[in-house]
This record gives sequence, C-alpha cells and structure tokens, in this order.
Amino acid sequence: MRISVLLPLLFFAGLLAVFLVGLGLDPAVVPSPLIDKPAPEFALPSLEGGEDGFKKADLAGKITLVNFFASWCLPCKIEHPLLLKLKQEGRVAVAGIAYRDTPEATQNWLAERGDPYDRIGTDLSGRIAIDWGVYGVPESYLVDREGRIRWKHVGMLTPDAWQENFLPLIEELEK
Amino acid sequence: MKTVFIALLFFAMMPFLVTVPALAVEPNEIMEDSALEARARAIGKGLRCLVCQNQSIDDSDAQLARDLRMLIREQLLAGASDDEALAFVVERYGDYVLLRPPLKSTTYLLWLGPFFLFAIAITVTAFYLRRRRRNLASPRTLSPDEERRIQEILDRHP
Repeated sequence: MRISVLLPLLFFAGLLAVFLVGLGLDPAVVPSPLIDKPAPEFALPSLEGGEDGFKKADLAGKITLVNFFASWCLPCKIEHPLLLKLKQEGRVAVAGIAYRDTPEATQNWLAERGDPYDRIGTDLSGRIAIDWGVYGVPESYLVDREGRIRWKHVGMLTPDAWQENFLPLIEELEK
Repeated sequence: MKTVFIALLFFAMMPFLVTVPALAVEPNEIMEDSALEARARAIGKGLRCLVCQNQSIDDSDAQLARDLRMLIREQLLAGASDDEALAFVVERYGDYVLLRPPLKSTTYLLWLGPFFLFAIAITVTAFYLRRRRRNLASPRTLSPDEERRIQEILDRHP
C-alpha cells in the first residue's frame, strides 16, 4: 500500500489522540498565573472581628496551606476531614479564608465539624479572593516559607491530590 | 376546529415567545458617567466568567462576575485605562479570562493552526486535481495481455 493512502488515516489517528487526551482534562481547572509569584497583600479580620485574623506576614517562615472555604459550600464539607487530618499531622500550617460568609455561620460550621485552621481570616466581600485568583470555593494554595504561591488546587481537596501534587512539593520545599 | 384555534393562538403568540436576553448588569451597578459605563461594558464583554466559562462577565449572573464588574468600574473610576483594567484581571486569572486570547508564543497553534490546516488541505487538493487532470489527458491504454483477456470473455458470451 502506498504511504499517501495511509496519510489521511494517520492524520485522523493523531487528531483522535488529541481529542481523547482533551476529553480527560477537567475544563473547570484553569492554570493560575500566580504560581511562583508572591502571595498578594492582604490583612483579614478574625471571626470575632479583631485584626488578628490572617495576614500576609503570617505566611513567613512556614509552609502554609491556604484554604478558601465557605459554610454554604458542599465540597468544603467533604474536604473538611482531610484538613482536620492535615492540622493533626502538623507538617504544614493550615490557614482558612472564609469566602463570602458571615462570621456566625463560619463559627457554627467550625464548632460543628472541628476547626482545622491555625489561622482564619474572613473575606466577606470576596475582594481578597479575587486577588488570589479564586473563582469558586473550595480552592487551596500551597505557599512556601518566603510567601510565594507554589501550587493551586481548584475544587475539593482529596487525599489523592494531596499525595500526588502537594506532598512531593512540600518535601522539596522542606529541604 | 378547536385544534386549529389553538394552533392559531400559538402562532399569534409567537412574537411574545421570542425572549430578549435579560441584562445581567444590575441597575445599581451602572455608573453615572455614561462614557465610563460604556467602557466598563465593553471590557466586561471581553472577559470570561470563570464560573460559567462560556459567558462573559457582562452576561453572567454569577456572584464572581458581579464582583469583577464592580472591580472594573472601581478601576475606571480611579482613572485606569481600558488596558490597565484588563491587565488587573489577567494578572489574577490568567489569559484564559480573555474571550479573545492574545497572540503570543503559547497561542500560535491556536491562532495559526486553522490557516496551517487550510494550507495543507489546499496543497493536497491541488496535487489530487493535477494528477487527475494528467490522467484524463493521457488515458492509460490496455496492455496486450488485458486486451486478450477481454477478447476471451467477449468470445465466451457472444
């Protein structure tokens, strides 16, 4: 058989391969331009309304998982036990930013399910979340000791995602 | 008779069934300065709402889209140019928020790919047509062997 007969077939096979790979990608996950950039400036009030909530300076000196959550968000409920476990392990600091949620609702939620956060800030207007490039809760960011964003996870945090994407990076950052 | 009536009624109502797309931009968002508002609307039309992905933030009712519309208006009020307001959003959400992606090294395939495919299609078609024309101009004649076999078949079925 002449090669020219096979060419369209090969072309089609290539196209098919591209489409098949594309089918496996999650369109909801948009790569963040903030990776490897310093975290944005922020200073968020605590749940009690004080100024000791969560601010950029808190990121210095330790690897921090910054988790945007809300009591009205269903996947946040599902990822919650994992966050509790991470706090227990204590390998990274876990910080929470309550996105567009009243402090009362957040307090009730934490009282009911346990508080996995070393620090919590409330972002009532969602303004700080926009600076972080958040487009839906939950979203989780890994920030290094110098306060640079190193990884972004969109959606529910799962043990698999933690194992595959976070742990190797944390090991590298701990060196 | 009744069905005919219902059908007529239906057709009479047709113009009202065509809906006008509802405005996502709410009255309290609209700026007093209509020139600024027009610029904000134009910027909003070019930005993707990341929650609904195939709507612009100007069309979307999502909370995030609303927040971004307000942000753009704030920026314009503070004296930012259109490009600066756009850059503000792109810095945070990446090029993906632009409904019209910029032409740069990572998007060459996106922008030039269709022209490349078109060029291939034209080339292949040109080759094909040329070969066909050549074949038509000088039709192949039967070999003596083929002539003999045809003659055999014709002899068998007179």
